[in-house]
Amino acid sequence: MDIYLPIAGMSVNAPLIVVLGLLVGILSGMFGVGGGFLTTPLLIFYGIPPSVAVASATTQITGSSVSGVLAHMRRGGVDLRMGAVMIAGGLGGSLAGAGLFRLLQSSGQIDTVIGLLYVLLLGSIGVLMLRDAALALGWIEPSASASPRPRHNRWVAGLPLRWRFYASGLYLSPIAPLALGFVAGILTVLLGIGGGFILVPAMIYLFGMAARVVVGTSLVMILAVSAATTMIHALTTEAVDIVLAALLLVGGVIGAQYGALLTTRLKPDLLRLSLAVIIILVALRMAFGLTYRPDEIFSIEYL
Amino acid sequence: MWRALLLFTLVPLLLAQASPKLVPDISSRSVEIQYSFTGAELLLFGAILYPGGRPPRRPPDVVVVLKGPVQPITVREKQKIAGIWMNADSNRFRSAPGFYAVASSRPIDELVDERTAAIYELGLQNLQLSPGGGAQPDKERRFEAGLLDLRRRQGLYVEDPDGVEISEGVLYRARIFIPSQVPVGTFTAETFLIDRGKVIAAATKEITVDKSGFERFVAESADRYSLLYGLVAVILPLLLGWAAAELFRRRGA
Repeated sequence: MDIYLPIAGMSVNAPLIVVLGLLVGILSGMFGVGGGFLTTPLLIFYGIPPSVAVASATTQITGSSVSGVLAHMRRGGVDLRMGAVMIAGGLGGSLAGAGLFRLLQSSGQIDTVIGLLYVLLLGSIGVLMLRDAALALGWIEPSASASPRPRHNRWVAGLPLRWRFYASGLYLSPIAPLALGFVAGILTVLLGIGGGFILVPAMIYLFGMAARVVVGTSLVMILAVSAATTMIHALTTEAVDIVLAALLLVGGVIGAQYGALLTTRLKPDLLRLSLAVIIILVALRMAFGLTYRPDEIFSIEYL
Repeated sequence: MWRALLLFTLVPLLLAQASPKLVPDISSRSVEIQYSFTGAELLLFGAILYPGGRPPRRPPDVVVVLKGPVQPITVREKQKIAGIWMNADSNRFRSAPGFYAVASSRPIDELVDERTAAIYELGLQNLQLSPGGGAQPDKERRFEAGLLDLRRRQGLYVEDPDGVEISEGVLYRARIFIPSQVPVGTFTAETFLIDRGKVIAAATKEITVDKSGFERFVAESADRYSLLYGLVAVILPLLLGWAAAELFRRRGA
């Protein structure tokens, strides 16, 4: 059954998009990530214009993080003060990202930059996660020289103007979470990803946050920034296709619930291993797209 | 005064009675893009009225051109730089039609010479794309070829050398398919009657292609009420996400 997307200006196979949303939703529920890093590239492979794909995929991130936020709020697993600081940084980042998006679009390099950032980010994070999971599963031995990590990063601890974040158990300069939020905001606008897979490691390894509040706080931040990004896209690029978003969401929100159910039945280390493999596969596919001679040498941009 | 002028111009035509007349029509005057729009097939047909009412022994040929609204575009070309395929060069075209289909009863190069084809913009090679920027001629040609090739494979530029059927030398018809990704706007359907390398009659009809119903509403709201549209796009995922969470919580409990 084909449905015409009014903003993308083309018709797509509706059940296929719903199934795509469902699959990404299951993954996002299982791994606690927004899933934007899968939706956006898959939509682009399908033939949706990149700007529409990025702008519409952010709605799915919002949708799939809602239930996570609700669950963590109920358990008290959110550091609201930390979340507020990161959201402030994220909003600034998404505004800066929107400016950057325009600049890159007018110079014609947006697709290349999106592709390169995806390959770099996903590639490095995928390899790190793969190593982590292999260590946990006992497939490789930890190298002998690896010294235990200090709880606080030296650079972060050196920043002035410290605040107390009670829920996180931190005495930390707000500049660090502000900067982290800013980077995640830029990535949300540029790549259509929530940035959960950057936020979580940074909060654990760089800030030394209490593990209890890490996932909940990052989800709150992702929810707020992805909603703001949808708004910014609607106002500036006008590329949010609400029909496409609705199709993705119907599958996505249901998939996220099933994914959350699955998590309780699978071994967490195996989960992390499979997420690492998926991330590396997406990165390889993007790298292939950048280096292999494309089908279309020419592309058209409307003025 | 005006009547005299009218008479003055019409009389020679009436007296000469040499050239036939075209009476064109289209299966529908407007194409509406709706939720299930996957493209539309248009039937362009009509009659040739000959002076004296009898077709000549050697009937003339018919060329039908359906052209979409022109848009200014930038065409970018990818090149491999440091191992990565990226946009390296670009060229602007000020008047590239968003859709162009030409159907004829015989291949166009058999019907008219290049000059005539260029004047009436018959055939893809003769589109007036108005390249801008004062680029080198060979670069311009390269981009033009790239644009034509890309749009041809997207089904937006079509050449059908035997797409026009003429029956009894009087009635002609051509089928032209419009794919779903056409731009909206006013399309013009031009019909040319060609005899011995000359265009002896021409007629134009207009078709409007527009989004209708819900699709039109969505596209217009995104454009005019961006803030409201954005709010809906934010509330929709919040609502759906919350609903799914509640649904599953109740079932699980």
